[in-house]
Amino acid sequence: MLRIQYFASIRETLGRSEEELELPAQVGSVQNLIDHLLSINPSFQRVFSAHNKVLVAVNQTVVDLDHPLSENDEVAFFPPMTGG
Amino acid sequence: MISIQNQDFSIADEYAALRHRAGDAGAIVTFTGLVREIYDVSAEGSEPTPVRSLFLEHYPGMTEKCLQEIQQQAEAKWPLLATRIIHRVGELHGKDQIVLVATASAHRHAAFEAAEFIMDYLKSKAPFWKQQKTATSSVWVESRDSDKVAIDRWQDS
Repeated sequence: MLRIQYFASIRETLGRSEEELELPAQVGSVQNLIDHLLSINPSFQRVFSAHNKVLVAVNQTVVDLDHPLSENDEVAFFPPMTGG
Repeated sequence: MISIQNQDFSIADEYAALRHRAGDAGAIVTFTGLVREIYDVSAEGSEPTPVRSLFLEHYPGMTEKCLQEIQQQAEAKWPLLATRIIHRVGELHGKDQIVLVATASAHRHAAFEAAEFIMDYLKSKAPFWKQQKTATSSVWVESRDSDKVAIDRWQDS
C-alpha cells in the first residue's frame, strides 16, 4: 500500500492531505504514479495547472520523476519549500 | 541538536546550553530569524495589506531528517564543536522569533560560514511552507530564486 501525502498549497488544491493506494502493477516510477493519479482522478491535473513547480518526495527524500516506487513507499507532493 | 516546535525559545538559554556543550570553543555564532510585519503584495495593483499572522506548515518526519542532514553536512564542511537548530511551526505573528541557528567552533570563520550555510539550506531544502494571513485572505508564500542562488554558492566550496 502506497501512502501519498499532500502539503501546503497542493493539499488545499486537492482538498485532502493524504490517501492510500494499492500499487498498480504498471506503476514502477514516480512518473507512472502521476500518470495513474491523473487517469483515476482528473482533478489531480489542478495540482500541475495551479503550481509552477511540484516537488515529489519518496520516503522523505526529494526525488526525480524516474525514481522507482515499490510497495509501502511513502510518497509526498508539495510546492517548493519556504522555510527560515 | 535539532528541534521543531510550536513554542518560543530563549536565546540566552540556548546560548548557555550550546556554550556548555561546545567545550573549548573560541567562537559561537547565533542567528535568529524573526517574522516581519510584511505587507502582502500578491494581488497585483491592489493596496498592500498588513499581514496578520504567518502559518508555518511542515512535513513531520521529513523535516527532522532534512535538518539532521543539513547539520551533518555543515559538520563535514567545517570543524564545528556544537550546533543547534530550532525551527518553529504553527501560527506566528509579527516580531515573533521563527528560527535559531547557532554554531560553535574554535575560530570565527567556521562558525560564521556554517551558520550561514545552515540557514541557506534550511530556507529552501527543508520541508516548511509559509502561509501569510491578512484580514481577508490567506496566501502561500512563493519560493524565491535568490534562495536557490544562495545555495548554489556553497556547491563549489
